[in-house]
Amino acid sequence: MSVSAEDHISRGESQLAQFAKRLVRHKGAVVGLCFIVLVVLAAVFAPLITPFDPAAQDYTAIRQSPNAIHWFGTDELGRDMFSRIIYGARASLLVGAVSIAIAIAIGVPLGLAAGYVGGWVDMGISRVADAMLAIPFLILAISLAAFLGPSLTNSMIAIGVTAAPLFVRLTRGQVINVKSEDYVEAARSLGNSHARVAFRHILPNVLPALIVQMTLTIATAIISEASLSFLGLGQQPPAASWGSILNTAQRSLTTAPWIAAWPGMMIFLTVLSFNLLGDGLRDAFDPRSR
Amino acid sequence: MIRMIGKRLSEVIPTLLILSVIIFVLQRLLPGDPALALAGEDADRELIEQIRQQYGLNQPLPVQYFKWSGGILYGDLGQSMRMNRPVLDLILARLPVTLQLAVFSMIIALAVGITAGIIAAVRKQSAWDYGANLVALAGISVPNFWLGIMMILVFSVMLNWLPASGYVSPLIDPLRSLQSLLMPSIVLGTAIAGVIMRHTRSAMLQALESDYVRTARAKGLAEWVVVVRHAMRNALTPVITLGALEFGNLLGGAVLTEQIFNIPGFGKLIVDAVYNRDYAVVQGVVLVTALIYVLMSLLADIGYMLANPRLRN
Repeated sequence: MSVSAEDHISRGESQLAQFAKRLVRHKGAVVGLCFIVLVVLAAVFAPLITPFDPAAQDYTAIRQSPNAIHWFGTDELGRDMFSRIIYGARASLLVGAVSIAIAIAIGVPLGLAAGYVGGWVDMGISRVADAMLAIPFLILAISLAAFLGPSLTNSMIAIGVTAAPLFVRLTRGQVINVKSEDYVEAARSLGNSHARVAFRHILPNVLPALIVQMTLTIATAIISEASLSFLGLGQQPPAASWGSILNTAQRSLTTAPWIAAWPGMMIFLTVLSFNLLGDGLRDAFDPRSR
Repeated sequence: MIRMIGKRLSEVIPTLLILSVIIFVLQRLLPGDPALALAGEDADRELIEQIRQQYGLNQPLPVQYFKWSGGILYGDLGQSMRMNRPVLDLILARLPVTLQLAVFSMIIALAVGITAGIIAAVRKQSAWDYGANLVALAGISVPNFWLGIMMILVFSVMLNWLPASGYVSPLIDPLRSLQSLLMPSIVLGTAIAGVIMRHTRSAMLQALESDYVRTARAKGLAEWVVVVRHAMRNALTPVITLGALEFGNLLGGAVLTEQIFNIPGFGKLIVDAVYNRDYAVVQGVVLVTALIYVLMSLLADIGYMLANPRLRN
């Protein structure tokens, strides 16, 4: 008789093992995770992988289509597209990671305070978050990036601040759900301080939802970075980012379409991978959501 | 019902007030001097000071805020420093173009998203379902500006079927207007179609498993009648609400779509304003998009209440 995965789960395995099993069963999430790991490794070991300096111009090799020497072809300045795409991954992933860190650093404590303290604190924080969420993500990010000035660092700040209200709202909602649970009451009646109850007892239970939101927001952040760089508000030339390559690629669309094809494909596959992973994590954390 | 609408309205007012503060602070507290930006890096101090006085930039922040927000109540969003025209005029001239693009995109997104969502739910765990899910996720993940570039390459450059850029007003030539907006609408509607498909699928799955659908089937009704008349009618209410909420995101996405297809709309206005450091225009566009979003979510709530008798009281 065959034994189903659910049977294994019911036999007292650790929560982490159960979670890992559910995640592995989600094929899309596994494919997404593998692709993300691949891109991260490529970005980290970029100097070892890339055959050319991403900024090195070669006027004897302008707009070459993909070939044995230049696997992804070359751009309008004869730069190797493969090297630029790999180095571009660094910018995109860096923005994804740093902007999410900023969003969490701002959003989670505020959401925790709003949900835990309630009353006027909740009202003030929630209203500001709601007001910020009323501005379309990209428009707010563009405005912030424009006011801060065009650079990769500023685009990270702009995206991070724009994404912060998502975490405020999510954390607040989760905290309100959790704070009336018995174990929180017990922790409180044992004389723990409010800060300890909030950070040691409530926050860990909010983590699964935060991890899912984080994965999905990284996808949004990568697209936003590409959008800002595409508009000239993010990564500045000659440094490469997928969005900035797309910006210049427009000029050579008819003569060298591969310049636009590769970075777009990479953004698409990376964002798709994060979305697949996010979906898988949500299902693995909460099997009922499927 | 009226009390509920009143309550929702009363919640909107503080949100709008806070929004106005955020948008004002956004400009004034961040680095970068608008007077210097307008006068140019090499301008002499006198000229910069003159610009500061002309636009009231030398007054205390609260005074500047109340003047600005007071003006908004009378429809005065300030003056474009670069184009030397009222911001409201600039926005009103561009808004119909963007709204036309957004409405076309929403029609495409709803048609594709709802159809795919229903098929995926009815054929649950079939190749149709997996395929529709993957396409929806791909739609959500694809950067719309790249999709735009690729579509221009294929349909304009290679096949020469559609114009690569530009906009024609429907009042001048309805057919050419439709042609000029077809690609941008597909590009802009793709991500929303994906979101709508996923929501439709889950709402339909829930509806198809409900008691009233079981009863309808037990009565011997044809499956399509069960799906269309019973399940779909109930499942689509939250989807339509979602569509209204996503309208705000369409305005955000329009920024890049208009840039790619060179459409003289709202999104292009903000990008040009950003390049020109025309902060009053940026503020105005942000305020108006947020206002549209707040109004759409209010309408969505009211629509949801009207469609759902249990919420009316």
